[in-house]
Amino acid sequence: MLRAEAVRKSFGDQEVLKGIDLDIAEGEVICLIGASGSGKSTFLRCLNLLEQVDDGDIWLEDREITDPRVDVDDVRRSVGIVFQAYNLFPHLSVLQNIVLGPVKVLGHQRADANDRALELLSQIGLRDRADAYPDALSGGQQQRVALVRAMAMQPRVLLLDEITSALDPMLVGDVLDVIRSLRADGMTIVMATHEMSFAREIADRVVFLCEGQIEEIGPPEQVFTSPRSPRTAEFLARYLGPT
Amino acid sequence: MSPSERQLERQRYRRRRSLIRGAVAAVSTVVVIGLAVYVVGQSSGWDRVHRTYFWWPDAKSSFPTVARAFWLNIRLFMVVEVFVLIVGVLVAIVRVVPSPALAPIKLIAILYADIFRGTPTLLIVLLVGFGVPALNLTGAPSSLFWLGAIALTLSYGAYVGEVIRAGILSIHPTQWASGRALGLSYGQTMRHIVLPQAIRRVAPPLLNDFVSLQKDTALLSTIGLVESLRAAQVISGRDFTFTAYVVAAVFFIAATIPLARFTDYLTVRSLRRENGI
Repeated sequence: MLRAEAVRKSFGDQEVLKGIDLDIAEGEVICLIGASGSGKSTFLRCLNLLEQVDDGDIWLEDREITDPRVDVDDVRRSVGIVFQAYNLFPHLSVLQNIVLGPVKVLGHQRADANDRALELLSQIGLRDRADAYPDALSGGQQQRVALVRAMAMQPRVLLLDEITSALDPMLVGDVLDVIRSLRADGMTIVMATHEMSFAREIADRVVFLCEGQIEEIGPPEQVFTSPRSPRTAEFLARYLGPT
Repeated sequence: MSPSERQLERQRYRRRRSLIRGAVAAVSTVVVIGLAVYVVGQSSGWDRVHRTYFWWPDAKSSFPTVARAFWLNIRLFMVVEVFVLIVGVLVAIVRVVPSPALAPIKLIAILYADIFRGTPTLLIVLLVGFGVPALNLTGAPSSLFWLGAIALTLSYGAYVGEVIRAGILSIHPTQWASGRALGLSYGQTMRHIVLPQAIRRVAPPLLNDFVSLQKDTALLSTIGLVESLRAAQVISGRDFTFTAYVVAAVFFIAATIPLARFTDYLTVRSLRRENGI
């Protein structure tokens, strides 16, 4: 459904992505793992067209979205993204944050959008915070609202860029619960993460990125228990401790 | 649960300490003001200064004329503040938007900011006030009110444009990315997400410029508008007393205080709302 072919991206003379090929099926959950600077974020930003690729193609269903004639705003409606921090708009309440996209971009009626947003907030247990402003919420609550805001656009794919990395370990669990329930609803998700045990639990496939290339890709059990590449093994050993 | 003996002792100590501090502040204020009044009152020229600048009967008699003229200042800055905000936002946006198609307009905006920020406001007032009518352009405004309003807008639009631009550039890039990622266009992201935050962030310096603008409406007396400074000048020329100037000064001060308090209120309110205090 979302397919990257030989995607390359450089910043200045530093090549961050050195030809990434990845074919993501509908309803699949992909976890991108790898050291900081391995290209995870850049790859996600390319999928959302927040970065322009230097070479290669990205296909969303049967549309080549790297074609410069494509309406980028239209693509982004179908590809939601949540960042590590600063997602929410601090001058808008939680409810206003969620309905902004549906009202301004999708042209929904405000009343309908509000109802839908409140329903989504109920599902994550934050309905009573609908009128609060983002800075009054904990980091975990903010990220759950950011997820709901992305979901309110009814995207085809959801990209998550280390959305728990800035959180207190106590708050990570609630955010991961929301991702679990999205997976259960059949959402296609591509997430960059450092939560190895969560990746192992939730991913259909794990992608290990190393210096801008896919070093290893496979089902989590295989990647985590018997990695084929010595570099994957080395990376995992540092994260999980010697086994 | 009633507070412990230790806590009660702390409270007594804090109360005593704040009483002492209050007393020190009150006494020192009275002493300083008393000294100032005494020194000024004892000076050999005080009688003359008192009669010329602070003479109550003159103040009372000039009050209605100055007040009527000050209404013109109020109308001027009400109109100019709106224009300045519009010009400031437009100039800021033009300079920030990355579109290469806007290059010529960007150049104009940069020239505008450089020239009008660098020119003394008084010069702009004189040039617009006397220069524009001299052009004999059909359709150009001939009323002094509008010529004055245009001159002040040109000068302050350049300042305010830079302030707002700084505000826009201070918004975290992820806010842009989040807006665009939702599918909002560049313009929608600017209007609904970046600009509201930017204006809020630069509200204090904006207020500064507006206070300054309120005072600079007095510069329009030079092109013949009978605003409060001009009215005071007429009275002092007739009666050989400067008390009318002091009355005009009081009006200017009184006009800036509500603006200052209003901005304080807005700042506190948005802080409260956004921080959930």
